[in-house]
Amino acid sequence: MSDTIHIHPGQVAHEVAHDDHHHGHHEQSFVTKYIFSQDHKTIGKQFLVTGIIWAIVGGLFSVLFRLQLGYPGQTFPILETVFGKWAEGGVIKAEFYYALITMHGTVLVFFVLTAGLSGTFANLLIPLQVGARDMASPFLNMLSYWFFFMASIVMISSLFIHTGPAAGGWTVYPPLSALGQASIGSKLGMDLWIVSMALFVVSALLGGLNYIATILNMRTKGMSMTRLPLTIWALFFTAVLGVLSFPVLFSGLILLLFDRNLGTSFYLSDIVVNGEILNNEGGSAILFQHLFWFLGHPEVYIILLPAMGMVSEILSVNSRKPIFGYMAMLGSLFAIAILAFLVWAHHMFVTGLNPFLGSIFVLLTLLIAVPSAIKVFNWLTTLWRGNIRLAPATLFAIGFVSLFISGGLTGIFLGNSTLDIHLHDTMFVVAHFHIVMGVASMFGMFAGIYHWFPKMFGRYLNSTLGYIHFWVTMVGAYLIFWPMHYEGLAGMPRRYLDKSSWAAFSQFGDLDKMITIVSIIVFAVQLMFVFNFFYSIFKGRKVTSPNPWGANTLEWTTPINPGHGNWEGEIPEVHRWAYDYGKDGREFIPQTEPIGANESKH
Amino acid sequence: MQTVFIVAILLLGFLITFQIAKASEYVAVLRGEEKAKKQTNKVNAFLLLAFLIVGLIGVYYCNETLKGRILGEAASNHGKHIDTMFHITLVLTGIVFVITQIALFWFSYKYQQSDDRKAYYYPHNNKLEVIWTVIPAIALTVLVGFGIFYWFKITGDAPKNAMEVEIVGSQFKWEFRYPGHDGPGGKGVFGKKYFKKITGDNPLGQIWEDPANHDDVYVTGEPMHLVVDKPVRLIINSKDVIHDVGLVHFRMKMDAVPGTPTTMWFTPTKTTKQMAQELGKANFVYEISCDQMCGKGHTGMRGELIVETQEEFDAWMATKQALYSKLFEKKQPAASDTTHTVDSTAKQVTAVLNK
Repeated sequence: MSDTIHIHPGQVAHEVAHDDHHHGHHEQSFVTKYIFSQDHKTIGKQFLVTGIIWAIVGGLFSVLFRLQLGYPGQTFPILETVFGKWAEGGVIKAEFYYALITMHGTVLVFFVLTAGLSGTFANLLIPLQVGARDMASPFLNMLSYWFFFMASIVMISSLFIHTGPAAGGWTVYPPLSALGQASIGSKLGMDLWIVSMALFVVSALLGGLNYIATILNMRTKGMSMTRLPLTIWALFFTAVLGVLSFPVLFSGLILLLFDRNLGTSFYLSDIVVNGEILNNEGGSAILFQHLFWFLGHPEVYIILLPAMGMVSEILSVNSRKPIFGYMAMLGSLFAIAILAFLVWAHHMFVTGLNPFLGSIFVLLTLLIAVPSAIKVFNWLTTLWRGNIRLAPATLFAIGFVSLFISGGLTGIFLGNSTLDIHLHDTMFVVAHFHIVMGVASMFGMFAGIYHWFPKMFGRYLNSTLGYIHFWVTMVGAYLIFWPMHYEGLAGMPRRYLDKSSWAAFSQFGDLDKMITIVSIIVFAVQLMFVFNFFYSIFKGRKVTSPNPWGANTLEWTTPINPGHGNWEGEIPEVHRWAYDYGKDGREFIPQTEPIGANESKH
Repeated sequence: MQTVFIVAILLLGFLITFQIAKASEYVAVLRGEEKAKKQTNKVNAFLLLAFLIVGLIGVYYCNETLKGRILGEAASNHGKHIDTMFHITLVLTGIVFVITQIALFWFSYKYQQSDDRKAYYYPHNNKLEVIWTVIPAIALTVLVGFGIFYWFKITGDAPKNAMEVEIVGSQFKWEFRYPGHDGPGGKGVFGKKYFKKITGDNPLGQIWEDPANHDDVYVTGEPMHLVVDKPVRLIINSKDVIHDVGLVHFRMKMDAVPGTPTTMWFTPTKTTKQMAQELGKANFVYEISCDQMCGKGHTGMRGELIVETQEEFDAWMATKQALYSKLFEKKQPAASDTTHTVDSTAKQVTAVLNK
C-alpha cells in the first residue's frame, strides 16, 4: 500500500520538509495543528491530556469519600469552605457521598480508562504500528475527540447544578435513577449524565469504526494480520467490543430518558415513592440491568485489552525476547472478546434471575479464566531467560501482570454464583474490580505512557520520578485493596458511608483509616506523575536516537518528531513479525528488515 | 491553618523529591549513562524480589490479623455449602496465586539485564501451551461442577413444610408480613395485594376483599422472627427502588425489585441465643442489611432478625393481631365494605403476588 491513497500527499511532504527546520511554520495555524487537528498523534495526545485531567478529578473524588469512610462523622472544615451545603459543618453529607462515588466510577471507567486509555493509544499506535499515514478517516477521528470533549463538558456541568450530579452509582439502576422523588441525584443531574453518556457513545463509535477500518484496510505492504504487534490486535478487539456493545447501552439509556421525562414504563412498575403512588405498570427494572451489563461487561475488557496488548509489547521489548506464544496470545484475546459478550448476567445472579440461566452464565464466566491463564503463563515465559531491562515501563508491565493475577483469581470467586450470593455487592467486589480492572489497567496505561512518551513528545519522562511513582503505587495498590477483601468476606456491603451502627460490619474501623491514609499518599504520588508528565513535555531530556528502546515495530522507524504523515518519503515495507528479539545472536531485528538468506526459522 | 501547614509540607516534600530526581538525571549523565542504568536496574530487580518476599509475608500477616474479624460459622444450611465452596476455591486459587506471583517476581529478578546474559530466543512451544490450557480448564471444571451443584441446591424449590414470610423494602426500612393459618393443613396463605391500595393504614396494599388477607399479620419496627431448623421461604418485594435483603450470617442475599417479586429459602440452624453464646457476644443480633444502593439512607436501612424455638415463636405470634382485624373489627363493617368495592376487580389480576 503506498502513500498516495492517503490524505494530501502534498501537504505531508511539505510538513515533513519543514520538520527538519523548526516547528510552527505558517503551513498550519495553531488551531488546526493543536486544537482541531486531524493528525492521529495529536488527537491521541488530546485524549491523553483530557484523560489525565479527568483522572485527577476522579481520583480526588475517591480521596474525598475515603475521608468519609476512614473518619466517619469527623469534621473537615475545609470541605465546607469548598463544597458549601454538600459538606455542611465539614461533614460529607450522604447525598454528597453518593454523588462522589457515582462520579468517581463514571469518570474512571468511561472518561479515563476508556477514552483516556484506548482513545490515546489506539490513536497514537494504530497508524504508526500498522504503517499508515493516518486513520482511515481523520475527520471522523477528530469528531470522536470533540464528541468526547462535549461529553466531558456536559458531565462537568452536572457537578455544578443546584441538585448535584447523578448519585445512583455508576450503574445508574432504575428505578432509583429514574425517579427524582427517590434521590436528589436523580433530578437534573441524571438527565445530564444520560446526555453526556450519549455523546460519549457517539465518540466511542466514531473512534472504534475508525480503528477497525484502519487496521483492516491500511496496513503497509507486507504487514499481514499475523505480523501485527499484539498491541494492535488488542486495540482491534477493543474497538470491535465497543462498536457492538456501546449501542446497547445507548438504547438502554434512551429508554431511561423516556421513563424519566415522557412517562413511559420501560423500567418502572408498582412504585410508591415517598407516599406518592405512581401510575407506571408492567415495566421491568431488571431489563435495564440486562441492557446495561450487555455493555458493562464488555466494557471491562474494553478497558483491560489495550493494557494487555501494551504489556505484551513492553514485556517483550524489555526482556529482549520474543513474546511467548504469539498465536496463543492472539487466540486468547479472541476468546476473551467473544466470551465478553456472553457473561453479562453474572452481575445479576441475585436479581431473581432464573437459576438455570444463572448456571449457564457461571460456566461461561469461569471459562474466561482459561484464556486469561494462557496469557499469564505466556507473559511469565516471556520473562523467563530474558535479559530484562527494568525501565519504569517494564516495572509497570510486571505490576500489571501481578495485579491481573490477583484480581483475576478473585474473579473466580465472584463468577461462581454460589459464592456470589454471599459476596455480591460487598467490599469484596470493590476490591476485586479495582485490582483487576482499575489499577491493573492504570498500570497498563502508565506502562504505555512511559514507553511511548519519547514517541509522543521526543523527550523522556524523568525515570527517577518514574521509579518512585511505580513503587509507591504498587505497594499502595496492594495495601488499599488486599485487606479490603476481608471486609467483603465479613459481608460488608459496598456503598455504605458509615458502618458504626451495624453489629456485623463495624469491626474494621482501623483498617478503613489505614486504607484512607494510603490512598491519600498514592493520590499525591499520581499528582507527582502528572507534574512529571507536563514538565517533561517541555523540559524532559531529549531523545537522540529514533529507536531508543531498540524495538522492532514500525513507530520507531519514523523520525524522532514525526510530522503529519509519519514517514518522510515512502512508508516502509514489512518483512517479518514484530518479535524477532535475540534471534540468531542479534539483539533485535526490525520488522522492516528483509529475511536473511541464512536466517533460522521459528 | 492546619490545612495550610499540611499543604505546605506536602509541596515542600514534593519539591525536594523533584529536585533529587532531576539531579539524579544529571548525575547519571555525568557518570556515564550506561553505568547509571545498570545500577538502577540492579536496585529495581532487588526491590522486585523484596516486594515478593515482603508481600507474601504481608498476605500471611493480613490473614492472621483479619481472619478473626470475618464471620464465624454459617448459621444456615445453605451458608455451610457456601463456606465449603469458598474453601475449595480458596485452596485452588491460593496455589495458583503463590506459584504465579513467585514465578513473576523471581524471573524478573533472576533474569535482570546483565552483560554476560543473552536472551533466549523462545517464540513458542505448543506442548507447553496445551498443558497450561488443559490444566486450568480441568481446575475450572471442578469449580464449575461444585458451584452449580450447590447453586441448584440453594436455588431449588423450598421444602413443602417451609414457613413463608414476606419482606418488603422501601426507602429506608423493612416491613414484614406473616400469612396466618388460613391454608390447607394450617399453613398460611398470603392475601393478594395491589400497590395502588397502599395507604398509611394499609402499608403493603393488601386487598381486603381477598379473605386470605384477613389473618395476615403485618409487622414493622421490630425484628423478623424465624424458627430454628425450620425452612423459611422469603417472598421479597420492594415498594420504590431496588433494595436487597442481605443476611450475612446465613450467607444469603436476594434483590427486592419493585414490580417483580423474588424469593429465597434457607433453614436457619442456630438461634440468636446460640450465636450469642458461640461468638461470646451477649448482645448478638442477626441483621438484615440492604445490599443494593437505594438512595441517601442506604447505610441506615437496617433490620433485625430473631431465630428462636417454635414455642418462643408461637408465643411471640400470639401477641400479634392481623392487620385486617385491627383496622375493621372495631369499625362499621358497612363503611369499610364500600371503600373497597369501588376500587376492586379489574386490576386485581396484576396484583397476584403469590402463586
